[in-house]
Amino acid sequence: MTDTLTHLDRLEAESIHIMREVMADAAKPVMLYSVGKDSAVMLHLARKAFYPSPPPFPLLHVDTTWKFKAMYELRDRMAAESGMELIVHQNPEAKARGINPFDHGPLHTDMWKTEGLKQALDLHGFDVAFGGARRDEEKSRAKERIFSFRTASHGWDPKKQRPELWNLYNARKAKGESIRVFPISNWTELDIWQYIARENIPIVPLYFAARRPTVERDGLLLMVDDERFPLKEGEVPTLRSVRFRTLGCYPLTGAVESEAATLSEVIQEMLLTTTSERQGRIIDKDGGDASMEKKKQEGYF
Amino acid sequence: MTDPVYVTDALIAEDIDAYLAGHEKKSLLRFITCGSVDDGKSTLIGRLLYDSKMIFEDQLAALEADSKRVGTQGQEIDFALLVDGLAAEREQGITIDVAYRFFTTEKRKFIVADTPGHEQYTRNMITGASTADLAVILIDARKGVLTQTRRHSFLAHLIGIRHIVLAVNKMDLVGYDKAVFERILLSYRAFASEIGITHFTAIPISGFKGDNITALSANMPWFTGPTLIEHLENVEIGAAADEARPFRMPVQWVNRPNLDFRGFSGQLAGGKVRPGDAVRILPSGKTTTVDRIVTLDGDLDEAAAGQSVTLTLADEVDCSRGDVIAAADNPPEAADRFEATLVWMADEAMIPGRAYWLKLATQSVSATVQAPKYEINVNTLDHLAAKTLELNGIGVVELATDRPIVFEAYADNRTLGGFILIDKLTNATVAAGMLHFSLRRAQNVHWQASDISREMRANLKNQKPALLWFTGLSGSGKSTIANLVEKKLHRMNRHSFLLDGDNVRHGLSRDLGFTEADRIENIRRVGEVAKLMTDAGLIVITAFISPFRAEREMVRSMLPEGEFIEVFIDTPLEEAERRDVKGLYKKARAGQLKNFTGIDSPYEAPENPEIRIDTTAMSPESAADLIVERLLG
Repeated sequence: MTDTLTHLDRLEAESIHIMREVMADAAKPVMLYSVGKDSAVMLHLARKAFYPSPPPFPLLHVDTTWKFKAMYELRDRMAAESGMELIVHQNPEAKARGINPFDHGPLHTDMWKTEGLKQALDLHGFDVAFGGARRDEEKSRAKERIFSFRTASHGWDPKKQRPELWNLYNARKAKGESIRVFPISNWTELDIWQYIARENIPIVPLYFAARRPTVERDGLLLMVDDERFPLKEGEVPTLRSVRFRTLGCYPLTGAVESEAATLSEVIQEMLLTTTSERQGRIIDKDGGDASMEKKKQEGYF
Repeated sequence: MTDPVYVTDALIAEDIDAYLAGHEKKSLLRFITCGSVDDGKSTLIGRLLYDSKMIFEDQLAALEADSKRVGTQGQEIDFALLVDGLAAEREQGITIDVAYRFFTTEKRKFIVADTPGHEQYTRNMITGASTADLAVILIDARKGVLTQTRRHSFLAHLIGIRHIVLAVNKMDLVGYDKAVFERILLSYRAFASEIGITHFTAIPISGFKGDNITALSANMPWFTGPTLIEHLENVEIGAAADEARPFRMPVQWVNRPNLDFRGFSGQLAGGKVRPGDAVRILPSGKTTTVDRIVTLDGDLDEAAAGQSVTLTLADEVDCSRGDVIAAADNPPEAADRFEATLVWMADEAMIPGRAYWLKLATQSVSATVQAPKYEINVNTLDHLAAKTLELNGIGVVELATDRPIVFEAYADNRTLGGFILIDKLTNATVAAGMLHFSLRRAQNVHWQASDISREMRANLKNQKPALLWFTGLSGSGKSTIANLVEKKLHRMNRHSFLLDGDNVRHGLSRDLGFTEADRIENIRRVGEVAKLMTDAGLIVITAFISPFRAEREMVRSMLPEGEFIEVFIDTPLEEAERRDVKGLYKKARAGQLKNFTGIDSPYEAPENPEIRIDTTAMSPESAADLIVERLLG
């Protein structure tokens, strides 16, 4: 093979190009940082894109107060290391009403995440938000543009999205409109893992197997991460060797039983596994088949 | 032949690190599949994902359930369901956009652009093909080379795809007959050479049954290969060719963390670069040498086409976003008039003469497009006369940019030859284009520098030049108020000139009618004349309906900031029609006047005019006072 650049080199170069293009037309960009592995890669790419300058935008964490403790730790560490400003937004209304994943079901995601994100973008007047979504995650995302346009009310209209040719992105927009930009659209889950290994990118330890207190509920293994977890009658947290394939709110994120404690073992398990990545998340299952597409039209990623 | 998928599986299980080391070195091939609804395109892609184990158990379970419920293959798995994404299209049974899929084999990683086969096909296929190295053109073995085969092949060739694969699908439905395959091959070869495709690879397959996809089919012993996957794994990607071209890097972003560092960030669009190389900054033409290639992982000794880097230069030369850093001894040219192929992508047709934003690499300029020299019928490839291009229309056009841009022919460099056009009002991407050549070298048309500047001329007149641009419906009172304004200015010893709509039509624009295109050209001419007059130091007053925002904005952009003053004479249509000073509304209502603004042609009112005059609340005299006061105050 005569190719100088590997597929990872090409993906990296493409993502860096996308991030720099945003700087041409954006008035006030921000990077959405969820502390997961995709966010970790996206942040790393941003540091590469603008080095030796720090990335010329802040990090925004739309917090639900229900993330794993280990996520908050890594979040604060990475913000400090990158030299970027960290903005944490918690929907004050959700806070006041005590919205939580145990009592409020889908309303939890809707208020903390969907509404919280819109609030934070409006509050700070961000016109471009980088997100770490990938096209291989879910069917409706396979058609998502890299530059995804949102109306002033954050709506997404599949018919109004612009054609994207070559590596030419049209980032012009009217006042009030905003753009979600997905610089790692073309990365697959395997690419993400391999890049984390190649570049030594710090990720939340929850991705690696360890003995953790868990309970089994509705077919999901949930980790009892703090004292807010309401145990049902007869439920006793059991130490199991588990890890997480995706990270979100701990009461909504299912663990898998695993002994994979190193990156190689995690990748091996991922490659030999027979269920898709998002299966451990409850969010896709509300509202049937087209639920992610529906959430996107409402403003969630 | 051993199935590569299973070899991979064993390696992952036994020696993950060896597998990863190998996987990390894989290259990337991007390809597009072209075919219509019945050609089995989605089935083929579903098959590729399935055979390379990109489908997980939970997805498979859902797929099996879906296949029984809504599938078209009876009790068997309907692979097409895997790749139809959006809810709307699942209901309608069509795919409505470009979707990207990913799979990996032992040798390569692949990104597939999947584009649908209905009426918006051209737009979607061009979009998907623009990043592809290879195109798989599907033919239904029962039907042979059809009109759509010609269209797909033409479009793939037009966008510059180097590798064409002719996948003769549904061989299972023609009894795996060699004669059928060869007949199709023969007729395709004749057509391909006609449009300039000199080389292609033909493979008989069944996407549904899996013949000749990953392994040679026992049903077609007469075919000796390669299989589709084998071919995709081994085809030359063309990175070497890109690297062999002269060095070019469009500057995306100037990197300035502190006063001691000034770097230029961009992605190499051709060639290689090393520290010490002599480079030229375009369009200025200044030369210098590369000092460092800076990355987070340390300085590089060399960067090649496709890499994103930051360069520092040995000298303090002017260089900013939009400039191109290029090999000093082999730079691209700059020009402002071009011939190009244009693919129209918007529902609203192209308007010859209207200014659009043109984006090419990192350059953004204002550009106008002339009526097409001809349009190409994508089915017959005939050249047709055309006045405009509609959605999915492809034509050859001349275009002019408001300042020179650095470019290369699309055939030589996709990055410096491919562009998009953007509507200035809606911000929609309305067209994609490929530059052929410049019509004349802009650098040969020099501005004649004169010793007396526009400031000196204005100073002599003791005034600040300006353009008072009156806009409003016919009969709104533009000419009346404009005339009063000029009289007042004259009394105050101001040097002015009134350009009136009707008067201009007797001379400067005598050759123009009232179609949309002609009205735009009329405004462009008036704008140019007004600009010359402001250069001469005059206060220019124009009174034209000038119904379109885009053209008023075009004139605004011709003048120095602050000199264009938009005066909106705001008279409601009912009021203007009631006055009907020239009797034109009556004629228009009677159908004797076509394209009359407000009746059968739209008026786009200014959104933020500098001055707005409500004629229902203000007399012409006080309106003129207000305007003069705003102008001079």
